Amino acid sequence: MELLTNGMGLSVVVFFPLISAFIITLIPKAQEQLIKRFALVSSLITFVLSAVLLFQFDFSSADKLQLGNKISWIKSINANYEIGIDGISLPLLVLSTFITVLAIIYSIEHLPEPKSPKGFLALILVLETGMNGTFVALDLILFFVFFEIVLLPMYFMIGIWGDKTVRTVSGFKNQIETRLYASIKFFVFTLFGSAFMLLGFLGLYYRGNKTFSIPELIELGTSGAFTGTFATLVFAVLFLGFAVKVPMWPLHTWLPDAHTAAPTVGSVLLAAILLKLGSYGFVRIAIPILPDQAKAWAPAIAILSAIGIIYGSLACLAQTDLKRLIAFSSVGHMGFVMLGIASLTPIGINAAMIGMVAHGVITGLLFFLSGSMAHTYHTRDMGRLGGNMKLLPKTGALLGFTAMASLGLPGLAGFWGEFMALLGAYNPLDGLNITVFRTSMVAGAIGTVLTAGYLLWMLQRVNLGEPSDEWLDKDLHDADVYELSAWIPLVVLTVLIGVFPKLIFGATNDAVIAMLSKAFGG
Amino acid sequence: MIVQPVLVVAAALFSLGIYGILVRRNAVMVLLSIELILNSVNINFILFDTMLADTLMQGQIFTIFIITIAAAEVGIGLAIVLMLFRNRQTANINEFDLMKW
Amino acid sequence: MVNFKPTVFAEGELVYTDGGILAEYAWLLVVLPFVAALVITFTGKYLPLKGAEVALTTIGIIFLYSAALMYLHITSGVVNEFFINVGSIGVFDIEFGWVVDGLSIMMYFVVGTVALLVFIYATNYMEGEIRYTFFFTSLTLFAGSMLVLVSSPTLIQILIGWELVGVCSYLLIGHYWEKKDNSSAAMKAFITNKIADVGLMIGIIILALNTGTLRISKILYQSTHDYEKLSTVAFVAAILLFVGAMGKSAQFPLHVWLPDAMAGPTPVSALMHAATMVTAGVYLLARMFPFYKAMAPDALDVVMLFGVITLLAAGLIAVVQDDLKKVLAYSTVSQLGYMVAAIGSGAYTAALFHLWTHAFFKALLFLGAGSVIHSVHSNSMLEMGGLRKVMPKTFATFIIGTIALAGLPPFAGFFSKDEILASFNHEGETTFFFIAVLGAFITAFYMTRAVSLTFLGEYRGHGHPHESHNLMTTPLLTLSVFAIASGWVNIPGVYTGFTDWVTTRKNKIVEYHPESFDLFALSSGLLAGLLGIALGYYLYQLQGSAETGDNKIKIQPIWSVLENKYYLDHFYFKFVIDPVKINISKAVDKFNTNVIDRFVNGFGQVASLMGSVVYNNFDQNGIDKLLNMSSTGTDNFGGKVKLLQTGKTQQYLMLFLGGVVTISLLILFIT
Repeated sequence: MELLTNGMGLSVVVFFPLISAFIITLIPKAQEQLIKRFALVSSLITFVLSAVLLFQFDFSSADKLQLGNKISWIKSINANYEIGIDGISLPLLVLSTFITVLAIIYSIEHLPEPKSPKGFLALILVLETGMNGTFVALDLILFFVFFEIVLLPMYFMIGIWGDKTVRTVSGFKNQIETRLYASIKFFVFTLFGSAFMLLGFLGLYYRGNKTFSIPELIELGTSGAFTGTFATLVFAVLFLGFAVKVPMWPLHTWLPDAHTAAPTVGSVLLAAILLKLGSYGFVRIAIPILPDQAKAWAPAIAILSAIGIIYGSLACLAQTDLKRLIAFSSVGHMGFVMLGIASLTPIGINAAMIGMVAHGVITGLLFFLSGSMAHTYHTRDMGRLGGNMKLLPKTGALLGFTAMASLGLPGLAGFWGEFMALLGAYNPLDGLNITVFRTSMVAGAIGTVLTAGYLLWMLQRVNLGEPSDEWLDKDLHDADVYELSAWIPLVVLTVLIGVFPKLIFGATNDAVIAMLSKAFGG
Repeated sequence: MIVQPVLVVAAALFSLGIYGILVRRNAVMVLLSIELILNSVNINFILFDTMLADTLMQGQIFTIFIITIAAAEVGIGLAIVLMLFRNRQTANINEFDLMKW
Repeated sequence: MVNFKPTVFAEGELVYTDGGILAEYAWLLVVLPFVAALVITFTGKYLPLKGAEVALTTIGIIFLYSAALMYLHITSGVVNEFFINVGSIGVFDIEFGWVVDGLSIMMYFVVGTVALLVFIYATNYMEGEIRYTFFFTSLTLFAGSMLVLVSSPTLIQILIGWELVGVCSYLLIGHYWEKKDNSSAAMKAFITNKIADVGLMIGIIILALNTGTLRISKILYQSTHDYEKLSTVAFVAAILLFVGAMGKSAQFPLHVWLPDAMAGPTPVSALMHAATMVTAGVYLLARMFPFYKAMAPDALDVVMLFGVITLLAAGLIAVVQDDLKKVLAYSTVSQLGYMVAAIGSGAYTAALFHLWTHAFFKALLFLGAGSVIHSVHSNSMLEMGGLRKVMPKTFATFIIGTIALAGLPPFAGFFSKDEILASFNHEGETTFFFIAVLGAFITAFYMTRAVSLTFLGEYRGHGHPHESHNLMTTPLLTLSVFAIASGWVNIPGVYTGFTDWVTTRKNKIVEYHPESFDLFALSSGLLAGLLGIALGYYLYQLQGSAETGDNKIKIQPIWSVLENKYYLDHFYFKFVIDPVKINISKAVDKFNTNVIDRFVNGFGQVASLMGSVVYNNFDQNGIDKLLNMSSTGTDNFGGKVKLLQTGKTQQYLMLFLGGVVTISLLILFIT
């Protein structure tokens, strides 16, 4: 067990999937069963290992970085291989390994066209390395590398396995294949943000004693090393980089396209983990290193979040495409997360943390369900669906449950993120403009009504009523054992977190309080 | 020892050979001209060997080599010319420009 | 029956027992239904009674447990609360738990009793209906959620129970979701409540942040001990909490969902939309009553105003309804108005007393209506009539319920309504008092109308109605006992046990409670009730028949206004729902694709345009041209030089000779 605590365990959790992906590329293409089994086993091993780390983790000092290590990496620029986790990153890390297992279980029987388990599963594992790495990295360069690694597999997943239908795009003369447009938009948009983010990192490096180490930079930042226009600019570029990923209004437009075009598993991972990288970046990097700037920018973030909540919900009401609706709902839900973060209070940021996990679980499940339904019905048009409860009772029941969870039903996971974010926004950090935050809070509260509105309307259109004639003579398959075993764990988790939020708060609370008291004193 | 006249003879033979190579159109005559050049060289070798009283007699040994090689060369050369004549019904060297660009 | 004396205060502290093991295990009340719901979901299909037996057993245990608690409470007075920490966030402790005191035990008993009877009734009523098992799952789930709500010692748990009952209501209203009307009604109920919940949520947030706790008892303690910080926000918080209560308890103008909710099966209407769920708002106001009384008396006036408006407005609509269930639904709204108004006037006990009696007689009326509908296969009273002969048990019990609702002694409604009127009179709210009396008159009138149209006269429908199965009539008979006798627990000057029960709480209740009958209020209420019945009987029986009675009261334009429910639904749809659902959301979507996305795409296009400029002008015609030129130059030069290669041996030799000569000459002259 000594081995696990000195950083080895974390490194294995990060790199084991990458190694597995490499080994998968060596297995001949024809041996599909072997490839699938191998991918499943290696993702399971990664998950079990992260669960072991959960037990190794000392929750009584969740505010400290643990299980980490620091090894010199690129000497010439003083970039180190520095890793570690605390209460903030732990839940997200475990969520990431967990969702990956479910994604691979689902993929065993439900590969998107063109069926090629080798490439697809290898990409999922590479993606996992990127995601896990981002959550454990404590060095800006390392963080950036992992942050960018994530892009490639997702780009290929959307671009190769995505939706092949042709669509018109506003401002384009010619029609374009959905997957091409979406994958390029996703890649370029995110890269656009992270390019600026890298600039910010470099700025911090040169002003901050030539170090990329996040803990060291936090020490510097809280002792007032970064001030003035420099700090404003750095926060602005970090904001840009993270806000694109979250995504915050008005930088969100890549999201609906990417989700709509992506294969089921791609959307699941995109919603469940990738979006969290942005909000995690705010909590881990932007706020603790530049607390004063965070304070200056907080009202703007709150307003953008509030707009995002209302805007996302309203846009949902106009959608006819099931997956696009769920994608827009992500804009709204991540708005709550960002509203919590903007309040800069322990309540708000804890709310954001549980909101991230809950959104990962719930929206992940929603994308699983909608993807599976799109696969069964060969359409995502809600006008043609209907009576799903009759045609696919299991899927329909789960869709109903998940929609309820997604609209923030108390007693299920989604509630805590929304309610606590509003609670945080009512009384933001001292010195922040209360009017702005309370207005945002009211907007968010109205957003919950709209959220309930579009989700119930979606249920009415998709789940309820009599099925239209076109499906009656079709042979439609309800959820099979692979789908159910990928979905049920998420249902259980939704209920568990909803009834017992300590599962998340127990880890995050101390860490968040420590981070904030270091940043803002007291 | 008389050196100069012999050298002149050798030079004359060499010049005749060069002239023959450049001017004659018949391939056989060109070959003959080459023989002339070789012989002029032989004369020079003999002359200097004698003049320098080389104990190893390198000049004479070279001369014998050259004669041998000249014989072989003429053999191959005539064979080529014969083959060319057979194919082209002519031994005119101006007509043989197969190796041009 | 020992009369417990709760008025033994020691410096503001109550003397009470902790309830012992019975209170300690009261969490079973909350947890059991959820376990049962899970069991029914997964095994219901394979059980002989399709899951109903699990539901019945569970609810039976809950009834027995709540009865035991009730007995313990009556004999020795129980006040206790238990907490489980489920997470800390910042300095806040999020706690669940259960509270055992007069108010909650009364609610446990109401929920347990009514639910048990409704469940028994439903086993027969729903027989052969679609999704029988799921119906019992949802109903059990509802019982659990309702108990979560009423057992809550923290505001957060109230919110959880609050929305969980909302979801159960959604599931059950939309039970027949094949028809779009039903699922729309379910949606309407959920969304209307969600709108109100925004108020509740923000109210809770304000209270929690200003007191630093989510525990109700602590908040109430602080409000009665003049906590400075709270006083500035108390009014706003109180109003916001009331907005929440308005949604759940169907107060004007958020009552619109309740009549539509009648789309659900009748047992659902009886249990949720008459007896228990809709009283949640009243329960919340009662739970927070010390706070309202001490910190926000102005808010109580608002509460009372809305209560009075509701009781009158809903009562008037009930007069014009032809759907039996809708008459009862509007009647429920109106009676909830009484309760809310009573709380607003400061009459804590009176409100809860009316809640208590109303739960029984309104459940009775709904179940009676269900029995009728079950046998007639129609909701419309125009297709009923003359049923007293064929359904004698239903008729008798329905009459008992009607009299109880109309408020004639010695039936339950008389005592509770009288106490409310008395408290209005005592507070000097003369206008409101007379409106409430008018409301009592209207109530008696529309109930007489309903009875006339349904049971008297001649049968107008098709088919052959018959008396319902014993499983349905037994609950009716049991409930009629309650409808008669449940008022006897609080007779001023005779026996006021109920007052003692519900005021046994950790936080002391300060309220007016009549020591004896207020004869003015009593006589006006009684007179109004008798007049209402008399007018109804006159119009529908003496003057004409059940068929023609309506023609006498069709006074335009009031009739149309009432028939269209004050055009509230039109207003909501035209000015709120449709604009949001259609215009605004479409506009946002258009904005998204045509402005933001266009900008993004434009950005991409500008980039690609710039790219093509750079590519064509700089790359292709610049760098690449140079590169190409160097290669073509070599090519041309080679093409020229190759001409030297004539293949003519003699030419080569000439050149060679020339070269030799040149080099020789060079050597000669340079050296």
